[in-house]
Amino acid sequence: MGPLARPWPWFVAGPLIGLFVPVLLLVGNRLFGISGSLRAACAALVPGRVEYFQYDWRRLGSWNLAFLAGVVLGGFVAARFIGIPDIVLSPRTEATLAGLGIHDLHGLVPREVFSWAFLLTVRGFVSVVVGGFLVGFGTAYAGGCTSGHAISGLADRQLASLVAVAGFFAGGLFATHALLPLVLGGLR
Amino acid sequence: MSASRDLELAGRGVAPGAPQLLAYLLLGTAFGVVLAKSEVLSWFRIQEMFRFQAFRMYGIIGSAVAVAGLSLAILRSVGARALDGQPIEVPPKALGRGYRYWIGGGLFGIGWALTGACPGPLFALVGAGQGVFAVAALSALVGTWVYGWLRPHLPH
Repeated sequence: MGPLARPWPWFVAGPLIGLFVPVLLLVGNRLFGISGSLRAACAALVPGRVEYFQYDWRRLGSWNLAFLAGVVLGGFVAARFIGIPDIVLSPRTEATLAGLGIHDLHGLVPREVFSWAFLLTVRGFVSVVVGGFLVGFGTAYAGGCTSGHAISGLADRQLASLVAVAGFFAGGLFATHALLPLVLGGLR
Repeated sequence: MSASRDLELAGRGVAPGAPQLLAYLLLGTAFGVVLAKSEVLSWFRIQEMFRFQAFRMYGIIGSAVAVAGLSLAILRSVGARALDGQPIEVPPKALGRGYRYWIGGGLFGIGWALTGACPGPLFALVGAGQGVFAVAALSALVGTWVYGWLRPHLPH
């Protein structure tokens, strides 16, 4: 396996992600962030009479939509032309997940949860549909996601982003330790 | 009302034309590749992170913030301008009473742990062949829409 096909080490991947902040500012004075594209998509497709979506998305949000289309394409390019090997997890995480009933560690996501066959089970529905809803609702409410707050906002030393990131982790820890054992209950 | 002081829309300039949109498409493609090759789109890696069982995710986020912060400092100190000649501008995020950040942030955090993906990875996973994430991405759009609808009634 060539160096591109292997997983990229954190000290390569992290700085590459960080570089999107200056590059997007230089290209078009755009602040790096993904969740704004969800708002732009709603504004372009189904604005309804909701004030939040009544803005000039062609001027302020079309770049988000082009970038988001690129993200989908990038996932395809990586999977099809570069290769994404199975994740080599920490043995401690493997043991923890085994305790939760997850034994198939192949691929990017556990297929006992994330596949069409299990979408209408409790674990599939909560993980995919409820989880997806909370990602869209929460990032819009917080005004940013991992890219907008944790990367752009913290790099700009914004106090609001620090509060948001603390919220991300509080919610994530709660879901991981309190909700997930219930959500995955059917696997045991 | 302060809730609708829309700092996320503090962008400037005219609507981008086709060449600019192509540039954003290509940059997005590069970002999608990095998301995949860094493995941050893997539910397994997010579990490892929220259980503090590996350094990798923290190394990625920490070094991304460091490089972004250093780049911002350099751009500001040299008074860099964007390609259109406008001075580079980073809109501030008003803390206000902060409700939106910890409530909205907390709800996103729950979604992040359940799906194992933040918004970029939700879409990159679809491209990477995990078709069921199209449902999660659609659900995220519904979530954003419902937020916009409820926005006048929510504490910010």
